Amino acid sequence: MAKMTGAQMVVEAMREEGVEVVFGYPGGAIMNVYDEIYKHRYFQHILTRHEQAAVHAADGYARATGKVGVAFVTSGPGFTNAVTGLATAYMDSIPMVVVSGQVPLSMIGTDAFQEIDAVGISRPCTKHNFLVKSAEELPEILAEAFYIARSGRPGPVHVDIPKDVTAQVAEFNYPKEVKLETYKPTIKGNARQIKKAVEAIANAKKPVFYLGGGIIHSNSAELVRDLVAATQIPAVETLMARGTLRYDDPMLLGMVGMHGTYAANMAMSEADLLIALGPRFDDRVTGKLSEFAKYAKIIHVDIDPSSIGKLVHVDYPIVGDLKAVLQELVPQAKEKVDPSRYEAWREILNRYNELHPLTYEDSDEVLKPEWVIQRVGEKLKGKARISTDVGQHQMWAAQYYPFTRPREFITSGGLGTMGFGFPAAMGVKRGVPDEISINISGDGSILMNIQELMTAVEYRLPVINIILNNNYLGMVRQWQTFFYDKRYAETDLSMQPDFVRLAESFGGVGYRVKTKEEFDKALDDAISKGVVALIDVVIDRYENVLPMVPAGGSLYNMLLEYKD
Amino acid sequence: MIERRVISVIVLNEHGVLTRITGLFAARGYNIESLTVAPIPGSKYSRLTIVTSGSLRVIEQIIKQLHKLIPVYKVIEHSDLIEKEMVMAKIPLEERLADVEALCRAYNGNIVNIGQDSAIIMAADEPSRIANFVSALKRFNPKEIVRSGVVAIER
Repeated sequence: MAKMTGAQMVVEAMREEGVEVVFGYPGGAIMNVYDEIYKHRYFQHILTRHEQAAVHAADGYARATGKVGVAFVTSGPGFTNAVTGLATAYMDSIPMVVVSGQVPLSMIGTDAFQEIDAVGISRPCTKHNFLVKSAEELPEILAEAFYIARSGRPGPVHVDIPKDVTAQVAEFNYPKEVKLETYKPTIKGNARQIKKAVEAIANAKKPVFYLGGGIIHSNSAELVRDLVAATQIPAVETLMARGTLRYDDPMLLGMVGMHGTYAANMAMSEADLLIALGPRFDDRVTGKLSEFAKYAKIIHVDIDPSSIGKLVHVDYPIVGDLKAVLQELVPQAKEKVDPSRYEAWREILNRYNELHPLTYEDSDEVLKPEWVIQRVGEKLKGKARISTDVGQHQMWAAQYYPFTRPREFITSGGLGTMGFGFPAAMGVKRGVPDEISINISGDGSILMNIQELMTAVEYRLPVINIILNNNYLGMVRQWQTFFYDKRYAETDLSMQPDFVRLAESFGGVGYRVKTKEEFDKALDDAISKGVVALIDVVIDRYENVLPMVPAGGSLYNMLLEYKD
Repeated sequence: MIERRVISVIVLNEHGVLTRITGLFAARGYNIESLTVAPIPGSKYSRLTIVTSGSLRVIEQIIKQLHKLIPVYKVIEHSDLIEKEMVMAKIPLEERLADVEALCRAYNGNIVNIGQDSAIIMAADEPSRIANFVSALKRFNPKEIVRSGVVAIER
């Protein structure tokens, strides 16, 4: 066994874990580790221009590849800047390890320069965290961190390492296998419960598949597609599950919830059985809880027992890894379920779809954001990964982009983090370099991490940013229109930088487009050039995201149109 | 309906574990009525006894969320258990100590120390009886009362 310093151990552990890229930002307390990175080029280090972006980039990388994303930051402000990234990953169950430097052990608690109680801050927004007390325990802690991040319900793990620990010398014996007697996620679902669930499906008249993000995390989209095709039961997707079914799957009713389709929300409201596969019953999906799926029995499969029954009563709880559960459930369902049984139900939902399809009024005068998204889809579906920031553009992307596969849509669902999209898209590009990485953003969101244009240019991560620019903090403006008598308090963003010159000043390419032809040309040009690009798309200032369920309202009471 | 529950949590003795538990209660707005903690002899674990209250759904969530914490080995939700709580109090010497002593004996306690101007008494009993004891003690003008919180063990 080799003796090495704590800093060497960190770098060696990355090699043991097969880490190919670390996003980060150095500083005083983590300098020993960076010195080792300099000496050994085991993995690529990407220097972002802000720690928040480093964590979002690691997050985007993890979402696109399914691997654990890794970020390094220093103590104090380095770490506090990383917190939004941790919280974002935590809310969406993204596997990630964030290593932060800390002041030396002897100085902890003395309000030293750049000291902060990092593990205290990260505790509520990580799956687990560690303060390392000696180099001796470092290999074990790092191995546990990766294991905890990727197993069970995935999530971010934070490891805080004091500077003197990175200088200490100890034996490096990296555990080949991690066994924690206090942490044993349930993988296999209860066979009797699965059997009961299959019976419930076979006996239902109006069942609906309620597909959640757990499908993406557990890589079980193939099984879900098989199950949906075999049973011919209509399905709705949450924001986090987009891409589970192909956009043109005849059973797919679209997205559910606040900006879900009429058919999807009515399906939930009228169903007699919800087959919930890995969702967490977020309030943006359920609306008013007392009115949510009130005629339905509920089957809920989730690896996290605390997700089951947290908000609604569940009749058939199944705790387990979704993939393992589906491997058992799908063959049984194929045998027991008669698809013709739900024909009448499918007809009702088809009628709802025909009655109120997802639609918008196109225009030749002004660009409509929905058209822009559809156009990107026509050109790139199946060939690109779509990241978004948070706001109206995010919902339009979720509604109108023709998703063909899981991990195609990268978005901050749970925390709703503005500034997520662009750095995440860089991580996506690093993770899947052969595909086009598009970030769809708004003029509000993009400015929250615009400095990363420098990172993208430096590391040749040609992300194409499409800014749906309405000179507004659009989603808030929409709520002000609907619910605050058009008092547009602090949402007017007319004062803007020249995005084209901004992109150019960082060494990228900028476009400003106002017509369909201009947009087509800009997108084609950006793709063919393969450089970091920013397309500033001037869209209809007053376009709203519809349909909409007002916050706290019931799913079946949707605003389908807005007439001024 | 709000229910009172006693929950035992067996956790690894490690840095910050108590904060994880109390942080979970604080962040989710759950109530802690009492909390006691001590190492389990001859092991690397500690046992926390938490008295809490909430609706059935809240209690269920508390237990599931506790299970989710990585250093938590076991969560025991008691149904058939022996609960005890200890209380200590300082009584001025001018009170009728014979009466105080009789009261203590009725609640499984006694006088444990007599100083310059006060006597220290203790009692250990079921939490509800300790509450009665504390209220009976009032007439002897206690200067200070310290309750330990509940410890419990399955029958």
